[in-house]
Amino acid sequence: MQTTMVPNVEAKSKPRYTGISRRRRILKNLAMIIPAAVFILLILTAILAPWLAPYPYDKTSMTERRLPPAFVEGGSMKHFLGTDNLGRDVLSRVIYGARVSLSVSLMVIAITSGIGTALGITAGYLGGRTDAFIMRITDIALSFPGLLLAMLLAVSLGPGFFTVVLALSILGWSGYTRLIRGETLRIRNSDFVAQARIAGASPFRIMLRHIFPNILNPLIVVVTMAVGFMILAESGMSYLGIGIPPPMPSWGSMVADGRNDLDRAWWISMFPGILIGLVVMSGNFLGDWLRDKMDPRLRQL
Amino acid sequence: MLRFIILRLLQTILALFGIMVMVFFLVRASGDPTVLMRSSTSTPEQMAIIQHKLGLDKSYAEQFWIYLKDYTRGDFGYSFIQQRPVVTMIKEALPNTLKLGIPSFVIGMLLSLSLGVLAATRRDSIFDNGIKFLAVLGQALPGFWVAIMAVLIFSVHWKLLPAAGMDSPINYVLPVGTMVFFMLPMMMRLVRSSMLDVLDSEYVKLARIKGLPERIVIWKHAFRNALIAPLTTAGMMLAGMVGGAIITENIFNWPGMGRLAISSTFSRDFPVVQTITILVAIIVLGMNLLVDISYAYVDPQIRYQKS
Amino acid sequence: MNEIILQVEDLRTSFFTRMGEVKAVDGISFYVRAGETFGIVGESGCGKSVTGLSILRLLPEPGGRIIGGKIILEGRNLMELNKKQMRAYRGKMISMILQDPMSSLNPVYQIGDQIAESVRLHQGLPENMVEPEVISALRLLRIPSPEMILKEYPFQLSGGMRQRVVGSVAMSCHPRLLIADEPTTALDATIQAQYIALFEDIQQKTNVAIIFITHDFGVVSRICDRVGVMYAGKIVETAPTREIFKAPRHPYTSALIHSVPSLDKKDDRLFSIEGQPPSMMNLPPGCRFCPRCTFSMDVCKEQEPPEIKLTEDHSVSCWRVK
Repeated sequence: MQTTMVPNVEAKSKPRYTGISRRRRILKNLAMIIPAAVFILLILTAILAPWLAPYPYDKTSMTERRLPPAFVEGGSMKHFLGTDNLGRDVLSRVIYGARVSLSVSLMVIAITSGIGTALGITAGYLGGRTDAFIMRITDIALSFPGLLLAMLLAVSLGPGFFTVVLALSILGWSGYTRLIRGETLRIRNSDFVAQARIAGASPFRIMLRHIFPNILNPLIVVVTMAVGFMILAESGMSYLGIGIPPPMPSWGSMVADGRNDLDRAWWISMFPGILIGLVVMSGNFLGDWLRDKMDPRLRQL
Repeated sequence: MLRFIILRLLQTILALFGIMVMVFFLVRASGDPTVLMRSSTSTPEQMAIIQHKLGLDKSYAEQFWIYLKDYTRGDFGYSFIQQRPVVTMIKEALPNTLKLGIPSFVIGMLLSLSLGVLAATRRDSIFDNGIKFLAVLGQALPGFWVAIMAVLIFSVHWKLLPAAGMDSPINYVLPVGTMVFFMLPMMMRLVRSSMLDVLDSEYVKLARIKGLPERIVIWKHAFRNALIAPLTTAGMMLAGMVGGAIITENIFNWPGMGRLAISSTFSRDFPVVQTITILVAIIVLGMNLLVDISYAYVDPQIRYQKS
Repeated sequence: MNEIILQVEDLRTSFFTRMGEVKAVDGISFYVRAGETFGIVGESGCGKSVTGLSILRLLPEPGGRIIGGKIILEGRNLMELNKKQMRAYRGKMISMILQDPMSSLNPVYQIGDQIAESVRLHQGLPENMVEPEVISALRLLRIPSPEMILKEYPFQLSGGMRQRVVGSVAMSCHPRLLIADEPTTALDATIQAQYIALFEDIQQKTNVAIIFITHDFGVVSRICDRVGVMYAGKIVETAPTREIFKAPRHPYTSALIHSVPSLDKKDDRLFSIEGQPPSMMNLPPGCRFCPRCTFSMDVCKEQEPPEIKLTEDHSVSCWRVK
């Protein structure tokens, strides 16, 4: 005699984990494992670059220019991904490029998420004029073409690591602000916040101790996806030449290097771009997976 | 409604002012701007003359006032490198950018709207999955790389399309394609998800209950509501488009504002860069204002609110 | 006696999901006459809303399908119509009111336009006759000063008003059958009574047949002439309202009636039925209510009870009845 729980037929059915077929569950986990592996690989590559790279990234060679990759006719294992127009080993430069991309990305994320979150919580919690003011600035920052600003900075400060970080940070915080403000608004009316107010806690304390821990979940999701986007932005700048200056390789500048040799050395431009795409997609999938995992149904408060 | 517009206009002007201030300070950020103008043959006397001409020997406040005055009069200064008015250079470059930008925008919008709606109405079909996949790919791969790969395939390998020049319509294919690529994935995704949300709503159900043909249910009832969400991100899209234009013009050597900006950046011709930045700021802010107004038109709740 | 407007015979509707077939409606039959209100009562998930959608043949696309039975409206079997013909029926012959007035109206169009849309579609009137028709639809739902709200937007009206507008949309083309799916659930208790009275009013004026879907037996007692009690996809008892209250024959029916709290009973306990409805994917053999039934016998566990006609108007499906 069984009386089991029933999925409500008339309500819009949301899939429950207990009912999902095994196949789907494996696929779902795969959607996390592969991107996570890519990320871990990226971090390891960045850290261990000097040991992983077979050659120094700036070692030029006049005789070994534009050699094809190992798996193409004419190539050899000596230069697995071939060499570029100055005879530099593409694989090594790609490895060092990972280091550049990741460090720029992480630094910008640290700065922008910090500022953006602080502003977002403030705007969301305090409301009124503060909110309106912050959001107006955020809107402008969001709709301002970042590349142009980056060029202005490049002109006045000269290209370099910190110029890139600054360029990306000046406008980059706005995405976080909007999101965090939304989450703050949602939490602001919860009972535990009301309790804290009744207990006489100051707004600052409430924002720090009550609101902030509760916006961590969506924040983590966004940060994960931001890694990829920052890499995209930095590579765009480097491609145009206003990013990381040579001889340090950036995936973006490597694509630019190969621009004039498309007819005889397509690999110079192709591989860095594929890598960028791979990292960004991994970030997106990982973020999606995290977001699903942290669905309020399953979240512990 | 009128009050809404006026409020927005004032905010826009304020924002513009803020940006001009920011640009002013940025340019002077590295200290003496003339440092950037120094060439190997310049003598201290020549530099002093230049400094005086630029008014750099005056106080910051005075400088700022002159800067504002000039700009509002339309005097954007002289290019260092080309020794001609910045205005002229811009007048030459702008039409080219528009020739590229406007068709790209129109095609991009039409494509993303139709594909997004199509994907939403044929949910989970091969069509839908294909579009979702393309959108993910499109957002992950860098635009400049895709453009270069396109050049590799269509220009170098198949020799079908030219990668430079502006003479005939076929020259437009790759550049416009690239520009469209910059906006398509995100817009398409937005339209699709917005449409999906709306299609689930009760009033769409009611429209079907009324017995309306599916065509009308989708385009008159669902679509109109689905537009609201993407419209709010139109501002951000525009920012992306500007970046996209810069990159596209660079790749295809298109003599527009983007290429001008880049070359001026490299030659340290900062009056040009400064002017372009401010002009673009005006355009972007202006477009945002337009978007806000059209948003009010589409969503009656905004229109009627006494804010 | 009025003619029978709708005759449903052995309707079966299933949802085909990744996890299997959900038999939301598993063979139900009933009829409704002109000018009569037939109530379909049951707990959430019993299939009553799906029944309403099935009659309109508007099931959610991937997954929902009518797999058997006949739906005969004024002599025509709706199952035989193609898409275009069915569309012509919707809004004109059959209409439906949904539960939530807040979301039933399109937020970006004016009230007048939304009603006029139906009128223009189905009635083929010359343009200058459309507005009077819209206004008369609004009047039918007793909306005061209808000319004033023609140009308003849904968000400008109160919940009760919106629900009346939804009613106007439904009645604007003088349908023969109106299906109301829990129309009072989202309304305040004070407005509920008013709204229900409206239904009686409309019915008197237009002689429309009404199917009233609800989970609330209290509402049933006020407005329904006859009732069908649904449980787990099947109708377990059908009877005129008065009879069903006086002498319910199915254990589920009587349990439902007793669970309506009443102010004049001395009982201070709230009565509810123990247990949960069965999983629609894994239906037990035998009577579906058996696991929760206080009167179950051995045969109940093994075989589904047949439908027994007690009188002309009263049928039950229960082994206890003989």
